[in-house]
Amino acid sequence: MTSPLLEIRNLHLSMTSFEGSAHVLAGIDLTVNRREIWGLVGETGCGKSLTGLSVSRLVPSPPAQYLDGAICLDGTDVLALSDREMQALRGKRIGMIFQDPTTNLNPAFRIGTQLIDVALAAAVRDPAVLDLGPKAGRGERHRAARALAIRMLEEVGIPNAAARVDDYPHQFSGGMRQRVLIAMALIGRPNLLIADEPTTALDVSVQAQILKLLKQMVVDHDMGVVLITHNLGVVAQTCSHVAVMYAGTIVESGPVRAVLDRPTHPYTKALLDAIPARNVQRGALRGLPGSVPNLITPPPGCRFAQRCPLAQPSCTQKPPHKVAVEAGHMVACPVATQALENANA
Amino acid sequence: MTDIATTPAVARTARSEAMRRALFRFRQSKLSIVGAVMVFLVLFFTAFGGLLAPYPEHVAGGVDTANRFLAPSVGHPFGTNELGQDVLSLVMAGTTVSVAAGFAVVLIGTLIGTTVGAIAGFNGGWIDEVLMRLSDLMLTIPGLILAMAVAAALGPGFVNMILAISLSWWPGYARLVRGEVISAREEVYVSAARAIGASPARVLFRHILPNIVSPVIVKMSLDMGFAILTVAALGFIGIGVRPPTPEWGTLLSISRSYMPDFWWTAIFPGLAMFLAVFGFNLLGDGLRDVLDPRARR
Amino acid sequence: MIRFIVKRVVLIIPILIGLTVIMFVISRMLPGDPVGLAAGPNATAAEIAAYAREFGLDRPLWVQYWDYATGLLRGDFGVSIFTRREVAQDLATYLPATLELVFAALALAIVLGIPAGLLAAVYRNRWPDYLSSVSAIAAISMPRFFLGLLLQLFFAMWLMWLPLGGRFPIIWEPPTGITGFYTIDALLTGDFEGFAMACRHLALPAIAMSLSPLATIMRMMRASTLEVMQQDYVTTARALGLSQRLIIFKYVARNAISATLTVIGLYFGWMLGGTVLVETVFDWPGLGLYATQAIVAQDFMPVVSVAFVIGLLFVTANIVIDVLYGVINPKVRYE
Repeated sequence: MTSPLLEIRNLHLSMTSFEGSAHVLAGIDLTVNRREIWGLVGETGCGKSLTGLSVSRLVPSPPAQYLDGAICLDGTDVLALSDREMQALRGKRIGMIFQDPTTNLNPAFRIGTQLIDVALAAAVRDPAVLDLGPKAGRGERHRAARALAIRMLEEVGIPNAAARVDDYPHQFSGGMRQRVLIAMALIGRPNLLIADEPTTALDVSVQAQILKLLKQMVVDHDMGVVLITHNLGVVAQTCSHVAVMYAGTIVESGPVRAVLDRPTHPYTKALLDAIPARNVQRGALRGLPGSVPNLITPPPGCRFAQRCPLAQPSCTQKPPHKVAVEAGHMVACPVATQALENANA
Repeated sequence: MTDIATTPAVARTARSEAMRRALFRFRQSKLSIVGAVMVFLVLFFTAFGGLLAPYPEHVAGGVDTANRFLAPSVGHPFGTNELGQDVLSLVMAGTTVSVAAGFAVVLIGTLIGTTVGAIAGFNGGWIDEVLMRLSDLMLTIPGLILAMAVAAALGPGFVNMILAISLSWWPGYARLVRGEVISAREEVYVSAARAIGASPARVLFRHILPNIVSPVIVKMSLDMGFAILTVAALGFIGIGVRPPTPEWGTLLSISRSYMPDFWWTAIFPGLAMFLAVFGFNLLGDGLRDVLDPRARR
Repeated sequence: MIRFIVKRVVLIIPILIGLTVIMFVISRMLPGDPVGLAAGPNATAAEIAAYAREFGLDRPLWVQYWDYATGLLRGDFGVSIFTRREVAQDLATYLPATLELVFAALALAIVLGIPAGLLAAVYRNRWPDYLSSVSAIAAISMPRFFLGLLLQLFFAMWLMWLPLGGRFPIIWEPPTGITGFYTIDALLTGDFEGFAMACRHLALPAIAMSLSPLATIMRMMRASTLEVMQQDYVTTARALGLSQRLIIFKYVARNAISATLTVIGLYFGWMLGGTVLVETVFDWPGLGLYATQAIVAQDFMPVVSVAFVIGLLFVTANIVIDVLYGVINPKVRYE
């Protein structure tokens, strides 16, 4: 049996700060295969970005400390790799895109320079990236990297790429810059793409274009994607699967249609209730009462229990187990799954 | 659970909490403590250096030609100079002149600069324009040369030297204070004070100036060292305080001619100067971290 | 770009007018008796009056200023009342010496300060960083003239490795004046022995001069490097597999240097005005020494002119820095 592209198992992460040590990721499980786009949704601070950054080991340590678990990329645990081995995976095996396209490109360098450096770094690990033999000279490699940069820019839809490769970032619009960043993330031919809120800073019309481009790239490059977002609309539009996070835990996950059409966990339901839609009555839109628990002294049981409408005394005793309510659809709430079983029976 | 920050009791202690944290940060930085100790010693000698000097008669200008150029020994730890005076006594007494002059320069510079900056920032318009162009202009004139020219024209002497240096010292403060006043003026609490009918003077003195004290104090402490250096520089060139008043720069300039054989006559005044300035700079650096967190890197 | 430069150059003019007016007023309004000093201790009142008339010092101040200002436009910097020499001639002799010293010191400060600051930032909160920040504070606390004396004592008097002072051995013929910089002139004429000699004389004063700017540039570079390392594009570069070395020395360095440039511009002016002390210690025949002699003699034409030249160089340096800033930082260039 081949191992999945990305398999995060029981990941626990703590962060030390002035006030104490916070248990910010408490047992994350996530499996991503090629051609899957996983949406990772949740409120600000729920740990979704930390999960993404952990895959590339970009969370500075200290203050971060991995307490338990594994992050396996094609069966290799990246947490066990040396810094040098990890660096070789970045850009080559794992591509990343971040939220704000205006600050993620270096303003002092031409975009071509930045693309070429990423391509050359990837080619150190795998000369095939540039379609060159291992003996190719410096000039030859540079020329090949530049040609590849132009090809990638064309691929992500930058018009007149051969001329624009020598422009500076400020000469592009926000949407175009995000396309440049996608080209940069994909130039080393990674199998896994982590996209951290890639469309949040963009106009709605541009958002749709970028998401469409991402979907296209998944097919073209045979990739798996983790798409981190707080926008369920983006998830519905783009993702094949979704994992809902709350306070450092995944409360519900599964195929996107199953989770969004048949939400089971009370937090997922609350999240869906908070989305304005055309056919919702005035006044029906509900926020969620209460606030996210303090993670320095987290509640011992279910982290959502304090705000949960279904909470039972037993919920605060121990962390809830995940139960499959249908094929691949996992829910971490014994009360809700029990209720569902009773209803079906 | 309610939001902690809105609890009234906690809000009241927020200020003392901030003070506590500032003190904590200051104590954490060992260098600032070293600086504070050095500054304390310097201030101690400023006050008592002349009194504690082992040979007070030498400080007053007495000479002892029989004991010229004695190398450092138990009786004269820093040796004696070309007039047979005890170098340790001169260095101790010299602290008073250098530190007092440096402090006077910084104080005068701060007073003038703060006034100019506050007027410019508070009034805005053409007054601001004129005052700021003037301070920019003063900043393009090489300060040391201006001070030298003025000191030479006024003639030697303690007060003249201080006036000459202060003349080029204020524009930095004017710029700093103006910037702070302009940003403080826009703050909500000032608009609020105006809205309830406070007079402009009251707004300036009660609401704006108290908030710019920290950056000014930080700049003053960082400037102390440079003011001491400038005072010594004028003495070294020969335009500052004249002997027999002991002053580090003057001492250094005279003993130059007796190097390398009688190196102690030059080394000790120079070291005293360096250590005093070093202490003020270490302290100023620590104070900046504590009082002006925005400037922290 | 061109428009930007022209605009900045035009703005220099009022600054220079203001500067000369201030220096003129200060130098003439203060007590003191320059004419008496220049005419000599035994001069009679009539002789002093004649002396004043000869140099036009009996006329109203504004007339004297007008004369001086219009003279400046023709490159006439007035006449010294003490030596009766043309100030312009003196400046032509002394300015290159000072510039050579300042450029050497600044080059030293930049070449050492920028990498040192970069490394301090990379090793943040580890011992190289602590060491560098303590030495930086020590360096700016060190009086330049005392450092100069110490260097003289060790390297010239005790070890006798380097000359005690001056710009060139008195008995040697200095390199032919092309640029006025002895080091460059010696190289241009192929006089390598002369070049070595000029460098040996330049070494100690340049070191004494460079220490404090070196420390400031280093700290500025450290601060701006730390700031740049926090930027999103650095995270992206790391996330896409660029090596730490490439990120720091290529990407971060360029962004951090542009912030440091401003300090270098300010320091250039500060050093021009501050050569006085180092020139005094090392008998370096430059503007500072010239100004000191003129100041002691209350000979004000040279003083005003030296202030004018330094002010002019200072403002020019800042324009050059702004242009360089645009070259390094393309975003500024287009705005």
